[in-house]
Amino acid sequence: MMDRYFGDYGGCFVPELLMPPLLEVERAMEEILPGPAFQRDLGELLADYAGRPTPLTRCPTLSEELGFTLWLKREDLLHTGAHKINNTLGQALLAKRIGKTRLVAETGAGQHGVATASAAARLGMDCVIYMGAEDVQRQASNVHRMEMLGARVHAVEGGTRTLKDAINAALRDWIATQATTHYCFGTAAGPHPFPTLVRTFQAVIGREARQQCMKKAGCLPDAVVACVGGGSNAIGAFHAFREDAEVSLIGVEAAGTGEPGCFNSAPLNLGSPGVLHGAYSMLLQNADGQIEPSHSVSAGLDYPGVGPEHSHLKATGRATYGMVRDARALAAFHRLCRAEGIVPALESSHALAYVLDHANRFPAEGHVLVCLSGRGDKDLGIVESHPLPDDDNQEGDRP
Amino acid sequence: MNTLERRIRDAQGQGRLALVPFLTAGFPDGESFWPILMELEENGADIIEIGIPFSDPVADGPVVEEASRRALADGVTLRAVLDELRQRRSFFKAGIVLMGYLNPFLQHGYERLVADASAAGVDGFIVPDMPYEESGAFKAMLAEAGIALIPLVGPNTPRKRMELYARDCEGYVYVVSVMGTTGERAALPPEAAATLRLAHEVFDRPLALGFGLKHPAQLAGLGPKERPEAAVFGSALLRHIDAGRPAGEFLQQWRAAGG
Repeated sequence: MMDRYFGDYGGCFVPELLMPPLLEVERAMEEILPGPAFQRDLGELLADYAGRPTPLTRCPTLSEELGFTLWLKREDLLHTGAHKINNTLGQALLAKRIGKTRLVAETGAGQHGVATASAAARLGMDCVIYMGAEDVQRQASNVHRMEMLGARVHAVEGGTRTLKDAINAALRDWIATQATTHYCFGTAAGPHPFPTLVRTFQAVIGREARQQCMKKAGCLPDAVVACVGGGSNAIGAFHAFREDAEVSLIGVEAAGTGEPGCFNSAPLNLGSPGVLHGAYSMLLQNADGQIEPSHSVSAGLDYPGVGPEHSHLKATGRATYGMVRDARALAAFHRLCRAEGIVPALESSHALAYVLDHANRFPAEGHVLVCLSGRGDKDLGIVESHPLPDDDNQEGDRP
Repeated sequence: MNTLERRIRDAQGQGRLALVPFLTAGFPDGESFWPILMELEENGADIIEIGIPFSDPVADGPVVEEASRRALADGVTLRAVLDELRQRRSFFKAGIVLMGYLNPFLQHGYERLVADASAAGVDGFIVPDMPYEESGAFKAMLAEAGIALIPLVGPNTPRKRMELYARDCEGYVYVVSVMGTTGERAALPPEAAATLRLAHEVFDRPLALGFGLKHPAQLAGLGPKERPEAAVFGSALLRHIDAGRPAGEFLQQWRAAGG
């Protein structure tokens, strides 16, 4: 039996009706996933279908300005445009091996939905995606992509009509359909074994980045920085560096508009421990234990919970977690576009903004590695509706 | 013997099915809730399950979810329910069970919750998102106060997992009739009979069948080794009440059927 907890955090808080399928996934993780046949097939999919390994790109212009070398781990170059495909290919392949013919998934911005729909199409599986009705409107082009890939997209009208309600709907679907269906969970959160399963498939990010950095920079990076919504790209980037005490691990949460008391997506910084979607972890909630609505300009970070391993890494101090406001993420978005010719996702722009706005927290002449988790094509509409800030004044501690 | 089991065994002794209505706290509105609970008591409820509203009720269908949403909008809290129940408990002979998702209970604090629940005369808890593996600490604290943690089992619960729950099970066993969420259904799903038969073999405690029950005719096809000792009604009762019909009337049809 695997450990369900990361220190005090994690667990498996689900209806009994979901325990048999979760135990089945756990068994598959132990018996099928490590085997050479599975690893060979997954390796081939990642290399020839998804486009791994992804490059580690040095940013010459920004490095010059910052006084240290900024490296980007280019998950934005993957098929479907984000790191999500690492996980969906792994889970879809595993699901197929245990005889499932259908995938259900939740999606917020639509990236995980597109990645799941693609994996399902590639492996010949049926696919149903739950998406909050609010997000269906905000991200219409991703809805069309999913439908073109053969998925059925259900708009979820309950609750706040966003990602958390899409997860509720997907869990309800899975209760009824588990005989044929695997729930392809999109982030390193949720009930055990999902946090471990998703990390296992995303850890390729840090594994590659660590080798690439050693080869290109000749040393380990001083810091690895990644945005944290549920936390899958961050845990994937961090995992290979967990034993490297000299490497700072920095997660970046979305602070929303930044006004006092505003809705945000920063449970590690502004929340408290509780149980949502099957795990005990940091959470945005009121004193009665009701879940609070979240907000971020980036739909992919817009979630009131976070993966339990991040709560643990924060509690132990192995990782630290900062916050970035909507406006600073947008400024970083524009800066990367102009300085380096790369259009980042608004999610990844949060990680980038943290580095750009807090340059003096990093050693001069050092090496800072940012996980560029996705590309920004999906965000152009949102970016256009936010005027380019006329002064690019830094906040925080830069002159 | 736990109060809840005694209530069901008493009904069994009278040759009838024990009746277990579920009502979301504060439903259909703050004023009507307690009078409706009294009406259920007067019309033969043996146990009453009070639903504590939660923002993200993953095991519930649309009717209970909507009732939960309305209750939260009206400001219903666990604290208030415990308080009001404490003041009214002596009016009720029925066993009282609080049913709700874990987080509101967790935020109240287990220790304080057990003390407050004792003071309010709560006989049991049902926590649909707390499977056996996560239930140890809470169950032990409840047991010390003589309060039962009611397990849920369903059509996909293998014998081995039922045996796990049977080790320290008090009160009754909630048997989920269907692979799905709460909400009334026209007929009892075919898998319910096998689930009930297996649960009767494994558990010494009485079985309460729930999820989807609406009319006593749904139980007519069950054999002697399959019949539950109690029936739970949630969504169908909520809809009945929301349509402005008397709550007692809903129980009457079950009593008339002789259980």
